Amino acid sequence: MREATLWTLHLAAGVVILVFLSIHMGIMHLEDVLTALGTGYRDALGWASVVMRNKQLYFTITYVILLAAALYHGLYGLRNILLELGPGPTAVRVIQGILILLGASLFVLGTIAAIAAYVR
Amino acid sequence: MCQWNEHSGQALSDEIVREVVFRVQRYSPGQDRPVTREYRVPVTRGMTVLDGLHYIRDNLDATLSYRFSCRMGVCGSCGMYINSFPRLACQTQILELNSDLVDVRPMPNYPVVKDLVPDLSQLFAKHREVQPFIIRNEQELEHPTAEFLQKPEELLRYLQFTYCIKCGLCLTACPTVATDPRYLGPQALAQSYRYCADTRDAGAEGRLRIAAGRDGVWRCHLAGACSEACPKGVDPALGIQLLKRLAVLRALSLKKPHSPAPVAGKRTGVERRPGIPQPPPPTVESR
Repeated sequence: MREATLWTLHLAAGVVILVFLSIHMGIMHLEDVLTALGTGYRDALGWASVVMRNKQLYFTITYVILLAAALYHGLYGLRNILLELGPGPTAVRVIQGILILLGASLFVLGTIAAIAAYVR
Repeated sequence: MCQWNEHSGQALSDEIVREVVFRVQRYSPGQDRPVTREYRVPVTRGMTVLDGLHYIRDNLDATLSYRFSCRMGVCGSCGMYINSFPRLACQTQILELNSDLVDVRPMPNYPVVKDLVPDLSQLFAKHREVQPFIIRNEQELEHPTAEFLQKPEELLRYLQFTYCIKCGLCLTACPTVATDPRYLGPQALAQSYRYCADTRDAGAEGRLRIAAGRDGVWRCHLAGACSEACPKGVDPALGIQLLKRLAVLRALSLKKPHSPAPVAGKRTGVERRPGIPQPPPPTVESR
């Protein structure tokens, strides 16, 4: 049932991406709507706004969650595409190893960046 | 004026409605590549592509090879790629193709034995792999005493999948089978669901281990081409999705295996109506 669990996580990651990406797109591109709703966000793409968001724990946490979900969702999809090319058992292990290593490295890198931006 | 077609078993009109060109892919073992040959075939109303192939073989080219048996869409032997769509030759009326050209090729995604005859061994191997039979750990299967009880609504859960005739057209249509020969394919996976959903069965765990493995349901891209191609109206794509759901629910422990349907008990309080004869004795001796 390992494949079933991986596929379920793939779907769950898709839902997480949908939610957090919607929030992200809303903040970035629906400034007028957010202003009309009474939020204090203005000039979302400005340097000061970016720094301000980075200093909020909520955003730091959502960045890390979105990063994890996007990496898992994307790399699982890539794994599926590569496995459909019909590699042998050894090649499958190598592919999976590389993808796990790549995903873990990018996740650590992104998390460090998000935490560093929050701490500074 | 009608005549009886000895191959299709249908009454056919004598009147030739039009003449079409059959473009048939020919291949013999040892040949480098297949070639196409064209035959002019007079078409009468009600004539199927299989009838057209019979006409070619009987009148124009006796070396043409193709597989058929029942001629009525039951045996699944005459699957072919007709005018770029997987169809049963015996079910495809030439006039309904609305074309003066009938392009007939062997089913893609299968090795070709000769001309229009595909090698279906991989289809049957994949079918066998998913354990398409009732599994129960009891003597009842070997030495049956009565039928297993099943409600009509329980039968409806999998009924449509029992209509599969193993013609293999769904594998021909499947884009994943075309690129990944290890993929179990819509036929086997739909049959896997058919038995997993059967309340008489107790072997879903083992079956799911195969069907929900790396080469199983997760490779389906949900193109739906298999369901579109099925000549019996089965929806293998639906079966695959239901199997996915079953595998996920089992993996998350949200659905426990059901207890297999019980064996029907002996009838009590029922008497045979007067005048109804006794059934014949069993043809197989019970041990």
